[in-house]
Amino acid sequence: MSSQPRASGYFRTSYAQDFALLQTRMQRVSAATFGVILLGFPLIASAFYLDLATQVLLASIGALSLMLLTGYAGLISLGHAGLLCAGAFTAGILYKEFNTPIYVTLPAAAIVGALLGVIFGLPSLRLRGLYLAVSTLALHFVVVYLGGEYETKRGFSTGITVDAPMIFGFELYGGTTWYYVMLVFAALTLLLCINLLRTRVGRAWRAIHAHETVAEALGINVAAYKLLAFVISSAIAAVAGALFAYYRSFVSVEAFSLFLTIQYVAMVIIGGMGSLLGAILGALFVTVFPYVIERALLALPDAQNYAGQLFAVNYAAFGLVMILFLVFEPLGLVGIWHRIQTYFLLWPFKHRPVAGARK
Amino acid sequence: MEPRQTYCQFESSALQLLVNILVLSSIYALIACGYVLIYRVSRVLNLAHGELMMVGSYLLLTTAWMFAGSPITAIASAIVLSLTVGVLVYLFLMRKMTGEMVLAAVLTTVALGILLRGLMVLIWSAQQQYPAQALGFSNPALALPGGARISLFAAILIGVTVATYAALFTFLRFGAWGVRMRAAGQNPLLAAQRGINLHAIYALAWGLSTLTGALAGMLISLDSGLTGTMVVIGLKAFPAALVGGLDSLVGAIVGALIIGACEVLAIQYIDPLLSDVIPFIVLIAFLVVRPWGLFGTREELDRV
Repeated sequence: MSSQPRASGYFRTSYAQDFALLQTRMQRVSAATFGVILLGFPLIASAFYLDLATQVLLASIGALSLMLLTGYAGLISLGHAGLLCAGAFTAGILYKEFNTPIYVTLPAAAIVGALLGVIFGLPSLRLRGLYLAVSTLALHFVVVYLGGEYETKRGFSTGITVDAPMIFGFELYGGTTWYYVMLVFAALTLLLCINLLRTRVGRAWRAIHAHETVAEALGINVAAYKLLAFVISSAIAAVAGALFAYYRSFVSVEAFSLFLTIQYVAMVIIGGMGSLLGAILGALFVTVFPYVIERALLALPDAQNYAGQLFAVNYAAFGLVMILFLVFEPLGLVGIWHRIQTYFLLWPFKHRPVAGARK
Repeated sequence: MEPRQTYCQFESSALQLLVNILVLSSIYALIACGYVLIYRVSRVLNLAHGELMMVGSYLLLTTAWMFAGSPITAIASAIVLSLTVGVLVYLFLMRKMTGEMVLAAVLTTVALGILLRGLMVLIWSAQQQYPAQALGFSNPALALPGGARISLFAAILIGVTVATYAALFTFLRFGAWGVRMRAAGQNPLLAAQRGINLHAIYALAWGLSTLTGALAGMLISLDSGLTGTMVVIGLKAFPAALVGGLDSLVGAIVGALIIGACEVLAIQYIDPLLSDVIPFIVLIAFLVVRPWGLFGTREELDRV
């Protein structure tokens, strides 16, 4: 996250410093504090908030993977729910048919995701922008159809139940356990993304995003890196889907509607394109949003009258917020955050000095 | 996956199959021309078209309640209202997205769709409603020669589709505003230089598109009732527009026929569950072979 504004007086004088993930003392302190808060959260939180936090972590994994694809490689996907669905069904089917343990199903989901990523990504070699979005949208419907077909043919028409997985004789069961599981996976995903983005792969993606022809002229194998973006993103999304299946102990195609895809796209937009922090903020926002609306609605007088309309109010409010962000704050929450940072960094001045101005 | 609503009302001689294909294709064609109109003029893919279509049918329901006893007034005012809705959507929302990235505009329509879906449930509730009852119409099945049958409103729908396309062709070919619309679509900058008011043109395109979509929505809901699942039909019509070529009205008809035929035949001979996915499978096939569609302009691809 090198784009953060930083006060003067900070210089890197060795490669070790240049490679370090956390470069200043302030960053180390805040990261440690934040880590402690995250680790200690289950000790103080109620079951409801713990579930909410777990959902946010799960959504972060999905949003991070979509951010790699859309925010960095510039490839638009409207098929994210299809990939989550594929991961969830891989886990569900392997468990139901072969009673496979979790340390097999998760890698299997990743492999299925990666293969699907190739399929989702192939159109991107030929199509751009809108048409690519449309082709991933179409693939979403195909994947969801296949899931539904499996449910119907095998007689699980209401969905597949998945029991709590055992790992080394320890049953992954209960809110606190799953919170830590998701925390570990979210942290690993974040670390993977940060490191991917500051290596050759990440630079290639950014180059392709900025200008495809120039990237090609610079010797970047555009086709390979585009496919790689789809493969990595899809594999992560599929693992997130599998985790979702275990966490909810239930898989059904109903959960993977087009609306879920839109929610993930919204996370990326509301959070702020081209920022991993944005993906996490977006995941937090979109996940918590319905609960906030619910609270707000129940706080109104004659709350009972609206209770049945909650679903519709949520839909409308979500659409409205998405529109507001698209129209008024295309940089997303990260844009707001950076503006606040810059404000304090420049205080008491209002603007950056004009570039090139002489005193 | 949402509950399915298919349009194979009557089982299945060869002639019946043909009639079913024709009905489904005209539904898709009538909806698809809305996608084409907006895309052709402003290069925006309107993914809220299914929802706008539903707004049209709900408006008919409301006017049917308001003007009980005079169905003509009800239908006419619903048509005017839906035109107004389209214009308002452009003026208050999409106008802000002109000149933005294409993707941002498309996502705005997606968000608009979600907003509308919520609002529709809030205003009209999610129950299945029957505008035909509210208007006092009945929907008898007409017997065709050869033993096939077609419901009255499905027959009217085919007629309306033909009339709409004829009107649109005439309008775009000979009408002053139609020529301006084509000009704005071909080269917005030059068109603006020649004194064409682009915002008015775009607003008109949104109005007409919503109007045709609403016509489709009204006729579908008159034929088979009005529920939230109608959005799915709107979304399934979009492959028809793309298969034909997003900027071609002729293409929309051909695309609708292809998609309609594939869907009816797949339901008949393979698996009824395929109904929701067939249009998208055909779409993928076309994106692989001929992404710009049968009648679309090839250069579009790079511009998007």
